[in-house]
Amino acid sequence: MNALSEKLLGGKQGAIHLAILAVLLLVILPLCLDLFRLGLVGKYVTYAFVAISLVLLWGNGGVLSLGQGMFFGLGGYCMAMFLKLEASDPISTKIQTTPGIPDFMDWNQIVELPWFWEPFKSLPLTLLLVLGVPVLLAFIIGMAMFTRRVGGVYFSIITQAIALILSILIVGQQGYTGGVNGITDLKTLSGWDIRTDSAKYWLYFVNASLLILCIMLSRFILTSKFGMLLLAMRDKEERVRFSGYDVASFKIFIFCVAAMISAVGGAMFTLQIGFMSPSFVGIVPSIEMVIFAAVGGRISLIGAVYGTLLVNFGKTMFSETYPELWLFLMGGLFIAVVMFFPEGLAGLYEKYAPYFSITSLHTRWLKKVQKVSGES
Amino acid sequence: MFGYTVEEVGNIMVMQGFSGLSLFSVLLLMALGLAIIFGQMGVINMAHGEFMTVGAYTTVFLSKLAVEYDIVKSYFVFAIIAAFIIAFVLGYLIEYMMIRHLYKRPLDTLLATWGLSLVMQQVFRSTFGAKEVSAELPEWLLGSFQPTEGIDIPINGVFVMALALIVTVSVYLYMFRSRGGLRVRATMQNRVMAGAVGINTKQVDRVTFALGCGIAGVAGAAFTTIASTGPTTGSLYIVDSFMVVVFGGAASLMGTIASAFGIAQAQSILQFFMTSSMGKVATLMTIVIILMMRPEGLFAAKVRK
Repeated sequence: MNALSEKLLGGKQGAIHLAILAVLLLVILPLCLDLFRLGLVGKYVTYAFVAISLVLLWGNGGVLSLGQGMFFGLGGYCMAMFLKLEASDPISTKIQTTPGIPDFMDWNQIVELPWFWEPFKSLPLTLLLVLGVPVLLAFIIGMAMFTRRVGGVYFSIITQAIALILSILIVGQQGYTGGVNGITDLKTLSGWDIRTDSAKYWLYFVNASLLILCIMLSRFILTSKFGMLLLAMRDKEERVRFSGYDVASFKIFIFCVAAMISAVGGAMFTLQIGFMSPSFVGIVPSIEMVIFAAVGGRISLIGAVYGTLLVNFGKTMFSETYPELWLFLMGGLFIAVVMFFPEGLAGLYEKYAPYFSITSLHTRWLKKVQKVSGES
Repeated sequence: MFGYTVEEVGNIMVMQGFSGLSLFSVLLLMALGLAIIFGQMGVINMAHGEFMTVGAYTTVFLSKLAVEYDIVKSYFVFAIIAAFIIAFVLGYLIEYMMIRHLYKRPLDTLLATWGLSLVMQQVFRSTFGAKEVSAELPEWLLGSFQPTEGIDIPINGVFVMALALIVTVSVYLYMFRSRGGLRVRATMQNRVMAGAVGINTKQVDRVTFALGCGIAGVAGAAFTTIASTGPTTGSLYIVDSFMVVVFGGAASLMGTIASAFGIAQAQSILQFFMTSSMGKVATLMTIVIILMMRPEGLFAAKVRK
């Protein structure tokens, strides 16, 4: 039992950091912010899922996926399809030519619900698909690429191309996917209105708790023997292979886990914000999510969460007041983080935190006192 | 077939095939630069599209000057040279300030150059405005000729193709028939050994990177003859050109040409028969699936790793 908690929390230091994050997300922010601002934080927290998935995959696995946005998007779309079907029951859509199908299908002269929408009539099946569809896609991509030892830059470019394909596909197939507007006007989850204030609070807390759970799950993976192998693979892949480990299957596994965590974020995004659109699927969002992880420190799970919150607060603030400056800042951030702070916030913290810790402050104070008393 | 007569399908194939050739030329010019950089240094330059935009804006700017001084007929040749030089110098500076510090971390280079592309896009937007602009083209580039009834071939397309041909031949001559190219290939094959026999590999890297950027600038100049330029023009082509490079097999000139041709033709012919977005999806999907089965690309360089 003790060993398990050790693994989930990452030792005493890790437990403290996780507790601070939990208190910040679950107590301090809900008390300090009004519902609108809290909703924004909730949105950023859903991005943080992607950031921690990248910490697993990129920081610890050395595999940079530039297509995490598509897993986020797929998770979100699966959730949105369920909510949309519930919102378009025959009574509330009776003005349509074909009542009972989503409004955008009706606008595109589709008279029958397409087959791949059918499973989303049931909630348990939807929840299964929210996780299952992204994991399946990740498994197929991983199978095809890692077993043929495609890695590094090639993998990044190809995942980026797949993200592009998916976003073009969603935009192009307007009748089946809602096109560029995405799936909007979502109202209830099994009869529970998700637009009320209390529902928003509930969803925020569920979301933040899920994030903490995902961090613990990732910790568990990283502190296990598998995590050790992952690090070893990142640094010297050949040696791990020559030691007799099947490198490809480890990579496929971590890619699937990363896809699943991102998909949870996407589904929570849909529930909290009330829509899903292709603007979260393509190249630009996918690569922006990489910068969240990079700013936080690519090997630190908790750092990634802070990085996400910080970059997004910056984005909201700047794009409200100086929209022109934001792209400069974002571009500069990419360059600066890579060139000057490759360890990100977590690296800065590791470097300077010992200096400000209580014991170190105490010894310095003692020295000062001694010096003063020695002089007098 | 889709309700067209055989003759019409033939004409459509020729004309779409030709519009595919213009796309092929631009893609080829973009991909040549990328392939040189990627093959030489293993560096992914996400800002490559923006270097193309630099070339395009240079051409547009010069065309405005040309209108003022009434030399529209002949300025275009100078515009191509100027586009090359400006993009070359810019690439040289970027290599010196940024890229050379990141050679050991290819994934980080990718992120840093993405940041660079964002900054450059915003610079374009602040200086030239968000609206698309187009160059004043000399008369001899406009219009089209008709070899037979029902087939129109635009002259600017022919021009772009000729330009792509000239650049490709020059790159070939430089890489395989000159001392400079010999140094580049030596560094590409074995960096340490190249250094040991007295090649300044860092200098070679810098020039190669700048050269790749310069060719992107020429691509931009060529681009102005077939479409108008906006701040994000370059980013529209970047994924396609990466696909060309990866699909062709990095570091293989023939592969780059063949895959640029295949991708451009597939896209423009499919886009006629399907919707434009589905044509693109089908093309990209095919490439990704082929790449998954054959990761080394069409023409893999036969070297021992």
